[in-house]
Amino acid sequence: MKYFIPKDSAAVSIGAEQVADALTVAAPDAEIVRTGSRGLYWLEPLVEIEHDGRRIGFGPIETDEVSGLVETILGGKPESHPKYVGRIEQLLRDQGQQRLTFARCGVIEPIDFDAFMAHGGTAGLRTALDQSGQTTIDAVKESGLRGRGGAGFPAGIKWQTVHDTPGAEKFVVCNADEGDSGTFADRMLMEGDPFTLLEGMAIAGVATGATRGYIYLRSEYPDAFQTLNEAINIARRHNLLGSNILGSGKSFDVEIRLGAGAYICGEETSMLESLEGKRGLVRFKPPLPAIQGFQSKPTVINNVITLSSVPTILAHSAATYHSLGINKSRGTLTLQLSGNVARPGLYEIPFGATLEHVINELGGGSASGRPVRTAQVGGPLGAYVPASHFDTPIGYEELGERNAMVGHGGVVVFDDTVNMAEQARFAMEFCDLESCGKCTPCRVGSVRAQEVIDQIVAGHDIEANADLLRELMELMAQGSLCAHGGMAPAPVLSALNHFSEDFGVREPAEIN
Amino acid sequence: MAKITIDGRQYDVDETDNVLKVALSKGFDLPYFCWHPELHSVGACRQCAVKQYKNGDDTQGQIAMACMTPASDGSLFSISDNEAAEMRAQVVEWLMINHPHDCAVCEEGGECHLQDMTLMTGHTRRRYIGPKRTHRNQNLGPFISHEMNRCIACYRCVRYYRDYADGNDLRALGSHMNVYFGRDTDGPFENEFSGNLVEVCPTGVFTDKTLGAHYIRKWDLQNAPSICTHCSLGCNTSPGSRRGELRRIQNRYHGEINHYFLCDRGRFGAGFTTRDDRPRQPLSRSANNVLEPVAKDDAIAAVRQAIASGRAIGIGSPRASIEDNYALRHLLGAEHFVNGLSAAESRASHAVRDLLADNANHIATLREVESCDAVFVIGEDVTQTAPRLALSLRQSAKTKHFELARAANIPKWHARAVHEAGQHHYNPIFEATPAATRLQDITAESTHGDAQTIAQLAFAVASRLDSQAPAPSNVDDELLKRAEIIAETLRNATKPLIVVGTGLGDSDVVTAAGNVMKALTTANDAAQIFPTLLEANSLGMSLFDAPSIDHALTQVESGDVDTLVVNQNDIFERAPTHRVDAVLKNLKNLVVLDHSLTETTARADHVLPAGSFAEADGTLINNEGRAQRFFQVFISEGPIQETWRWCADLARALGRPVRWNGMDDLITAIVDELPQFAGIQDAAPSQSFRKAGMRFPRGTHRQAARTALYAEIDVRERRPEVDADSALSFSMEGYHGSELPSELLAYAYAPGWESNQQAITRFQDEVGGHLKMGDPGVRIMTSKDNGGYTKLPQTNSDGGGWRVAPRYHIFDSESQSARAPAIAERVNGRQITVNRASADKLGVADGDSLSITIDGDALSLPVAIDDSLGDQVIGIPIGSQGVSGVHAASQVEA
Repeated sequence: MKYFIPKDSAAVSIGAEQVADALTVAAPDAEIVRTGSRGLYWLEPLVEIEHDGRRIGFGPIETDEVSGLVETILGGKPESHPKYVGRIEQLLRDQGQQRLTFARCGVIEPIDFDAFMAHGGTAGLRTALDQSGQTTIDAVKESGLRGRGGAGFPAGIKWQTVHDTPGAEKFVVCNADEGDSGTFADRMLMEGDPFTLLEGMAIAGVATGATRGYIYLRSEYPDAFQTLNEAINIARRHNLLGSNILGSGKSFDVEIRLGAGAYICGEETSMLESLEGKRGLVRFKPPLPAIQGFQSKPTVINNVITLSSVPTILAHSAATYHSLGINKSRGTLTLQLSGNVARPGLYEIPFGATLEHVINELGGGSASGRPVRTAQVGGPLGAYVPASHFDTPIGYEELGERNAMVGHGGVVVFDDTVNMAEQARFAMEFCDLESCGKCTPCRVGSVRAQEVIDQIVAGHDIEANADLLRELMELMAQGSLCAHGGMAPAPVLSALNHFSEDFGVREPAEIN
Repeated sequence: MAKITIDGRQYDVDETDNVLKVALSKGFDLPYFCWHPELHSVGACRQCAVKQYKNGDDTQGQIAMACMTPASDGSLFSISDNEAAEMRAQVVEWLMINHPHDCAVCEEGGECHLQDMTLMTGHTRRRYIGPKRTHRNQNLGPFISHEMNRCIACYRCVRYYRDYADGNDLRALGSHMNVYFGRDTDGPFENEFSGNLVEVCPTGVFTDKTLGAHYIRKWDLQNAPSICTHCSLGCNTSPGSRRGELRRIQNRYHGEINHYFLCDRGRFGAGFTTRDDRPRQPLSRSANNVLEPVAKDDAIAAVRQAIASGRAIGIGSPRASIEDNYALRHLLGAEHFVNGLSAAESRASHAVRDLLADNANHIATLREVESCDAVFVIGEDVTQTAPRLALSLRQSAKTKHFELARAANIPKWHARAVHEAGQHHYNPIFEATPAATRLQDITAESTHGDAQTIAQLAFAVASRLDSQAPAPSNVDDELLKRAEIIAETLRNATKPLIVVGTGLGDSDVVTAAGNVMKALTTANDAAQIFPTLLEANSLGMSLFDAPSIDHALTQVESGDVDTLVVNQNDIFERAPTHRVDAVLKNLKNLVVLDHSLTETTARADHVLPAGSFAEADGTLINNEGRAQRFFQVFISEGPIQETWRWCADLARALGRPVRWNGMDDLITAIVDELPQFAGIQDAAPSQSFRKAGMRFPRGTHRQAARTALYAEIDVRERRPEVDADSALSFSMEGYHGSELPSELLAYAYAPGWESNQQAITRFQDEVGGHLKMGDPGVRIMTSKDNGGYTKLPQTNSDGGGWRVAPRYHIFDSESQSARAPAIAERVNGRQITVNRASADKLGVADGDSLSITIDGDALSLPVAIDDSLGDQVIGIPIGSQGVSGVHAASQVEA
């Protein structure tokens, strides 16, 4: 019998390791494969077996349930187990998930290169190697893939700029400084299917003419660091990386650089500074990193998920990818659902589903059972979307019209006990704490805003202070040097506009 | 050129500039913090917000940071737009949130850019009631005080200190609201240009500690346009005084020399004028052999007696003005006057004079140095003898960044991007010096050896550049290979620069540089020379064509002379001690005119208190042959007066007519008698010059408490003194308009712009450019081509003996500044340096004491190993703690 248990750090944090240990005792002859996570976090630790050539899951499994589970399985009636989930693939399909980027995540052992190959690995890279860089870039453009890190900039256009900028040396930098609260897709992928990321980076390198890649990884991800390092070594042995990738004669290699804990280093220009060994201060753009990036050389900077989505686009077709989604948001989005929600986890679904569907259908509503009041979408700098706006389809422009953003795809759910004035203050505390300290609006505006919110909450001159807060937020948005200070007002303004009662403001602003 | 519109008016501007620079140059009051004309734009403070419109139909517009917006043709801006103005007010309000509002006790008050900008934006009411963040301050040594609580985090300090001056012990520490600008630990700044932080910082974080020790507001200072007397570069300064006492030195903008920055020696070295031990009264040696104050008339009578015999010789000084030296020469006669330089320095200085005459059309200014693309420094450790030049050489190396940026279409003002584009690419600087210098972090290659080796290298470079130039023989292959590389690089440069100095006391080094220049200019007319000398008027002294101090000593030794009249000089710096001792013993009279208690002053029979730069007017000729006038800052209490006035008094006592009653007469007399000085009369407007009938003020508009200033002496207001020697007034009255001649600009102030570095903008043709009324001074070197190449000197190949390499120290080697208490604090434990092989030969280890004899004088100091020195070379510290001056150490015994 073959068992699959995740060693994803989220699963490990709630006992996957102990479950695996118990399994070796309960079923000494069984083969245990440690995979990444399926992203079904409410079912973790999830134990899967191969049954009739299909993967059947049980979860969440406590350590003391392991021996019973083994007995049930050996008894031949797995469906009789109380934690029986059924076919995981079926479950994902029923949820409407389209696992493209995360196709192998949770399925295979992360650093098993043979399994990676058996599940279609390197197909995308082979396509890229067989065609011109321009053809690859055209495919990325045609797919409609936009930056999943938060800014939503079309990846193909960025690649085109790097491709067209003359330069003897170019770089691909993968932004793996996943610092947004409520996001974990990057980590899941790096821990669960690192070869896909390496393949995506190699494709970017081949397409744009870059020969070196760096993964800027946050130091808070030690498991991902270890997995990636092992994966890089294995990939070099199998010529997925190195001076002769897949026998093409082309070269591309990847190194990991660890961050030191600063949120701002996830902002691409300060990430470049940090990568160069300097203090993580933001740079003014232009020049764009695509023209003068790392060491002033043309540099592709993409998020983990963006790069990891490229192999599937090339392996299948740009048109296939583009057929998913709505309007200008094409393909799949890896939504990370967390907070006060019954079924947290990663959901890879095509753009276009409504927040209502995601939070209440897929997520099962709040974990507390109380009505959901709001969700913060797109990380700590994303807006709080009120339940009344949950009919909004998830898409870059669609959310944008409601002053919200897709961001990195994190959705943090709150029930009706949340105090939105506190949340607004927290947003500014966060902005203050994580500001690099270079430009005034972000460095000081965030401190000033905390004080103003405190005054509002204390009931001092509420209307005037609320106006002042709005004015402050507007100036921060307009005047900040980078997106950190530029976007931090979004959660505050959304809280103030949609939940003015929490601030004691009598007349809510006119909003759409 | 581009046409842009600001607030409805069209302007012709340079499209490679940014909108902030353009707006300031056109006279707009646009607030800013992080931008600086020499540090350019990073767009950090967000203070210079303006409205930018897409076209004439765009009424909405968009907020843009002026410093980060190119002044491209046809662009439209508004500074007065409400939204932009509100944003600027908001940014100042933010910046003031943590500021302690301690203006009343802050040294920056009255010349604070933050105060100016707060007023300019109209932020008058504090709304923030939260706590202020606070910091602990550091002890940053004797020059600079630190008050971090005042910081508004504009990052100018680190950008100046690290990116411009290449220092690395000042950093931005911490993050977000808790950014801290300081050192890892307490201690003085290591960089020699740290004093500029005082002016670069827009508020009171870094302030002048020497001013703070005896503080006075900017508006109460009485200033004069002055010239730094601590090296030969002639940086322009603005000394400030109160009640007859010098309080501080501030930078005075000169578009071709120092522009915005001074070195720390220049800024903090003036403390010698306020020392307690300084002679302030005429002194005569009493019967019991001590110097005692005497009445002025008695002193004059006594000195008259001493010189009347005609057996007196006058010793001039390279740190005194042309006027002072001329007056002494005039008093005693041309044949009884020596230039006051040591024999070696005199030879080298004369060689520099000839070098300048040969290359009169190729003399670089300090500003031009910054745009040279290949530099060969021959012999001189400029970091210690002409420090401000080292800062300019650093910029020349970084000119490469701008070149690379231009190629990548990055505007020159985009500081961060230019830096990124430049990375570690620098224009080449080659150094040939006795030992490694503090420029070595940016030099392409350094060659170390004694003066003879350095001269040979330079001769070899010349011969590689032009086969007509004589090639030295017996040069080893290694040196030839270097010469080849240097020649190749200089040949390929668009604007090569040769730097040479007199610091080694070796004229061959200078003539070798002459050959390099000749070879270079034959092929490239853009090649330039920048020589350095050791003191503020060394070049002026070489123009007198007088013999060196050696002549005076020989005259005494031979018995032809029995009286020495020394003007602002210390003979012990100019010749070996045992010789000077012997000469002084045989003298009948030693008369000293000086402002400092030097070793010579201490041995004098008669001392006449001479005015320092602060108490006198005069002309100095800097290293590029530029005559510049310095003006009296204040009238001192007591009988201190200019040497030239003492000489006039003595001449009258001798019954001779004196033609001069003020500077104008004196200068006319000099130019009449010594045509080589023709031109110095144009160094500044004459004493009778007036604008609209007005003099030019030393005091600011707001000088306070004039009626109470001397109230404890007399309650009636003092009548302001009348300046007999210049067009300046000793008060706030006078011409304040925009056509104030640059030479008479005592301080920088403009309505709304009270801080020195920002106010000066209103006196410039464009921000960071030249002064509107012309940069001060006039070049007086006339071209004189000496024809062919100089022949090679005889090389002595004694081989075996020890050779000397003078080692200079920025704070110890120039004896005037070394007397300033703050400077003296920065000198400790100077050492004799040798390389390891030499140390082994001498049987000493690092830290051991070594006794040597140098030109007959014993010297005993600890040893430090410096492996950059050549074999058999002993590095001798020049200065108060070593040998007091460079005087051709012909013999060394170890």
